[in-house]
Amino acid sequence: MPSARYEAPRSVKEAVQLLGADRDARVLAGGTDLLVQSKTGRVSPSAYVDVKRIPELMQLQLGASGLRCGAAVPAARIYANEELRRRWPGLAEATDLIGSSQIQGRASWGGNLCNASPAADTVPALLVCGAEVAIAGPKGERTLPVAEFTTGPGTSVLGPGELVVEFRVPAPPARTADAYLRLIPRSEMDIAVVGAGVQLTLAADGGCTAARVAIGAVAPTARLVPAAAQALVGSRLDDAALARAAEAARAAVQAIDDKRGTIDYRRQVTGVLVVRAARIAAERAAAAHN
Amino acid sequence: MSERKFKYVGTRPIRHDGLDKVTGRAEFGADQEMPGMLWGAILRSPHAHARIRQIDASKALAAPGVKAAVTGADMPKVPHRWMGGAEGGMDFGDVAENCLAREKALYHGHAVAAVAAATQQQAQDALALIQVDYEVLEPVLDVERALAPGAPILDPELEPMGHGALPAKPTNVATCVGFRGGDLAQGFREAEVVVERSFRTPMVHQGYIEPHACIARTGEDGKILIWCSTQGAFMVQMMSAMALGLDPNLIKVIPSEIGGGFGGKTTIYLEPVAIELSRRAGGRPVKLVMTREEVFRATGPTSGTSIRIKLGAKRDGRLVAGQARLVYEAGAYRGSPVGPGAMTVFGSYKIPHFEIEGLDVLVNKPKVAAYRAPGAPMANFAMESLMDELARELRIDPIELRLLNAVSEGCKAPYGPRYGPIGLVESLRAAKEHPHYKAPLGKNQGRGIAAGFWFNAGLQSSAVVSVNMDGSAVVRTGNPDIGGSRASMAIMAAEELGIPVERIRPMVGDTESVGYCDLTGGSRTTFATGMAVIEAARDVVRQLRERAAKIWSCSVDDVKWEDGMAIPLNAAAEKNKPLPLIALTVQMGATGGPIVGRASLTAPAAGPGFAVHLCDLEVDPETGRSEVRRYTAIQDAGKAVHPGYVEGQMQGGAAQGIGWALNEEYVWDAEGVVQNPGFLDYRMPVASDLPMVDTVIIEVANPTHPYGVRGVGETPIVPPLAAVANAMRDATGVRFEQLPLSPPAVLAALEARG
Amino acid sequence: MSRTHVETSVNGEPAEFLCQPSETLLDALRNQLGLTGTKEGCGTGDCGACSVMLDGQLVPACLVLAPEVEGRSVETIEGIARGEKLHPLQRKFLEHAALQCGICTPGFIVAAKALLEKNPSPTEAQARYYLAGNLCRCTGYDKIIRAVLDAGAEMRGESA
Repeated sequence: MPSARYEAPRSVKEAVQLLGADRDARVLAGGTDLLVQSKTGRVSPSAYVDVKRIPELMQLQLGASGLRCGAAVPAARIYANEELRRRWPGLAEATDLIGSSQIQGRASWGGNLCNASPAADTVPALLVCGAEVAIAGPKGERTLPVAEFTTGPGTSVLGPGELVVEFRVPAPPARTADAYLRLIPRSEMDIAVVGAGVQLTLAADGGCTAARVAIGAVAPTARLVPAAAQALVGSRLDDAALARAAEAARAAVQAIDDKRGTIDYRRQVTGVLVVRAARIAAERAAAAHN
Repeated sequence: MSERKFKYVGTRPIRHDGLDKVTGRAEFGADQEMPGMLWGAILRSPHAHARIRQIDASKALAAPGVKAAVTGADMPKVPHRWMGGAEGGMDFGDVAENCLAREKALYHGHAVAAVAAATQQQAQDALALIQVDYEVLEPVLDVERALAPGAPILDPELEPMGHGALPAKPTNVATCVGFRGGDLAQGFREAEVVVERSFRTPMVHQGYIEPHACIARTGEDGKILIWCSTQGAFMVQMMSAMALGLDPNLIKVIPSEIGGGFGGKTTIYLEPVAIELSRRAGGRPVKLVMTREEVFRATGPTSGTSIRIKLGAKRDGRLVAGQARLVYEAGAYRGSPVGPGAMTVFGSYKIPHFEIEGLDVLVNKPKVAAYRAPGAPMANFAMESLMDELARELRIDPIELRLLNAVSEGCKAPYGPRYGPIGLVESLRAAKEHPHYKAPLGKNQGRGIAAGFWFNAGLQSSAVVSVNMDGSAVVRTGNPDIGGSRASMAIMAAEELGIPVERIRPMVGDTESVGYCDLTGGSRTTFATGMAVIEAARDVVRQLRERAAKIWSCSVDDVKWEDGMAIPLNAAAEKNKPLPLIALTVQMGATGGPIVGRASLTAPAAGPGFAVHLCDLEVDPETGRSEVRRYTAIQDAGKAVHPGYVEGQMQGGAAQGIGWALNEEYVWDAEGVVQNPGFLDYRMPVASDLPMVDTVIIEVANPTHPYGVRGVGETPIVPPLAAVANAMRDATGVRFEQLPLSPPAVLAALEARG
Repeated sequence: MSRTHVETSVNGEPAEFLCQPSETLLDALRNQLGLTGTKEGCGTGDCGACSVMLDGQLVPACLVLAPEVEGRSVETIEGIARGEKLHPLQRKFLEHAALQCGICTPGFIVAAKALLEKNPSPTEAQARYYLAGNLCRCTGYDKIIRAVLDAGAEMRGESA
């Protein structure tokens, strides 16, 4: 590993100070992206600011109004939370899909979001759950919808000295559930070639009253597709509505050809996964007792 | 071969090195350190094709902690001469230049310079201070382009070798091979149906989990010590000596435990560099360990290929004519396995009229190295896919078609010799009877079957078996254990001596402590080194009988050895009781001294090992993703000494073949830079990608081995590519002529089919 | 850069070492503490050969910085056996011939132990998915999975 300092602040304030004082210092949560990039020379941090000794970034709290998850909580702990799995099954399964069991012991929502890979698994799921992030910085605290956080591959709205402290996900209304699917060539381990998240709310008669659809790995950032959601709202999630949602999702694809997939492939499969995720979310919503 | 009843052969004892391996105590290549040790690091070419005008390492040499620096110009120039070797040949000039480039960098990642420093970080930092003046040249990255007129030429001095009309230099064609039989034109005239297809397979890597690693230490007396992970200590000794112009006798090589090789560790990359660095650092040990990225960029993968086959047959399925053209990537230097590919492509079937042509072509990619049955899986993919097409065209059951044409004892192989007893027919029949073949298939599922084989090298082995006073025995050979062969050596010695396997201690020696052994590879260890072990153990038994005869004052002819005991016969039986081995060893000092048995031999090549694989694949028609639902591997092992490890070879080879068929490939950009030099994007099968792999071991005894053993290690990787591709054909109705069958390729083909 | 002093616990025993601040836990275990049972197969968290437990959590040691383990507890392959008594996983790997070259074995045993602690009764599919981060190139995973399931059965007090 190239040389760098190691800091382990015990408070958000201390972390903000360290990051503000050194523009080349980087936040270290699980390190599953950052350390790989350091080793390959893609980034050259002057210091690793390990935030895992800061209580606010390591807590996980669920309540009637929703959940608060520290930015550095490892995926394994998130997925181990039975209540979280029950109330946000799509978000849980997206979290569980990151990497391997070993990676799960380290990877975090904060790292996944801030690394800002277009293919990050948790971001589409966070988007459809209406998640927000709380950010601390030299000028104080602010909160922001996740949808406004990433600006492009590897870039975000975080300013100098800022770090993500926690995620806040509102409690879903009754008869609401989410689902996340991704396409990878193997059965595990791969970076998503396509990711699709859907959250649906159903009326008592089974009609869809609210929806969010997000796609990942097929555009510079994961993105909500309002047109796909609109195709579902007011429908009974019949084949025709699903097909319209799929088409809207495909139209939102802005992919590249790379070693993981071609543009055409990504576009085609986006539609397929949105339909499948919607069906799963609908089944879950019908059974959900929130 | 008589039906011998075995006591230990065929059992499943715990392997002797197992404890160290499950506790983390076993020492692999990177696990060793020596006093005063320095860390080496290698600078690699950022260009796929470039002339190296000048290298200035002076600033690196002056950097903190750096004790030595070396470039290709500092190494002796080794002449380029092709030398026929044990398994194929090699050119030591090529090997030396592959370790450290001289005039040209021939692939992205080609080593051009190296340093040694007190810490890993210092060595890495020093690389950035080495200045290299490159003249960048246009790379050639595709065989068809390399063959085309006007293509960039890697080596203007390259003289093509082989058969037939050789192209004039300058050319990228390194070798031409060919085999012929009968009259091809006549054969195709007789044919009632003809099928012809062209196939492409990608460059793939052996994928061993342990990166290359070594330590080299040099002394004021010129003696050199190498500790390294390798498939052959004697090979490292010889190749390092040739690469540096040294007497091999100066070099002692200690092989570590090896974390996988599959042929990829039957050559050298680091050792000459480490030796040179050590010399320049006053003899201090220099440790060189590759990163995973270096393994992918700069160690031998196997060739990508372009293969065209045309088959002619009668309506009843009998093959009458076959024509094959195989073009294999050699990478930066001569030496693709197109030869064995050409030998095996038609080798499973009786084809009276045939013509096989093979080309070994240079491209600006890493020099290829052996990969488990080198050359055969690709050729087999093409041939077995085409046999599947023929079966469909003729509406004949695919196993029946193969049975109709299968080779058996006495048939002449396309490359010359006649087959001894072989197990293709038995394996095909076992496949036909297997429940897998008749199991119902679900929606979107397809089944494929393929046959294939690999030869077994014989080559040179020596072994020493000695017995201790306590009646235990030590077996010493020189073959690194990559798959559990140590256990098989112990079993064979136990069988001969008649004592339990647990009383045998098998060890793998270094170049100073054991007699010469050709490397571990070629499916030869259990077969050929095992043969030497058996002979050495029999030597011990003869000596034990002589000792008993001495004690009993009788002729040695009146002493029989059975079940670990000396048994008196005839007159000697009247006055004497049987003596167990320990009773003899306890008094060996008084009866003549230590008892040591030895053997050294060149084993004849064993008969090929044939296999038949069955694969069930389920395809998601909306995404092109597929999953292997069921897999069965059937193989002739001659005699399975340790069935658990024979099964392991079958399962492991099948897994590699499945990965090759479905997801593995090198991805290149237009500049010749590998885009996926890591396990994330070079997609080998993970545990959740595979089902249990059922195995059936057939035993058609190989007459050239005392127990009938046939090598088993390489055959298992030969059939899976076609088995998977044929299953894909069955599931989707589409014949895939290109690997891998990645989801985008499959989906595109499904859409084209409509 | 001056070295960092780390005090930690490895396999139940206090341990300390000096390391570069940005050195990985994997390098510190191997090069500072001489615990070479944990292997580097890739350095990027993709192969599982460097699996260790950190405060009871399965992690890839190549992606943990050594200073992070200050005051924490690390468990490696060297700590799996209890003195001379092998863990059931170790015995089952030997009985089932679940290793050929053995380089992936330490990582598999550490990961499988974590699996069985989390889920004492995994199905074949659950075992395969949990262990998907451990690459093996020799065995095709068949005997490894059998060994893990068999060890689980023994640990639950059932016969194989």
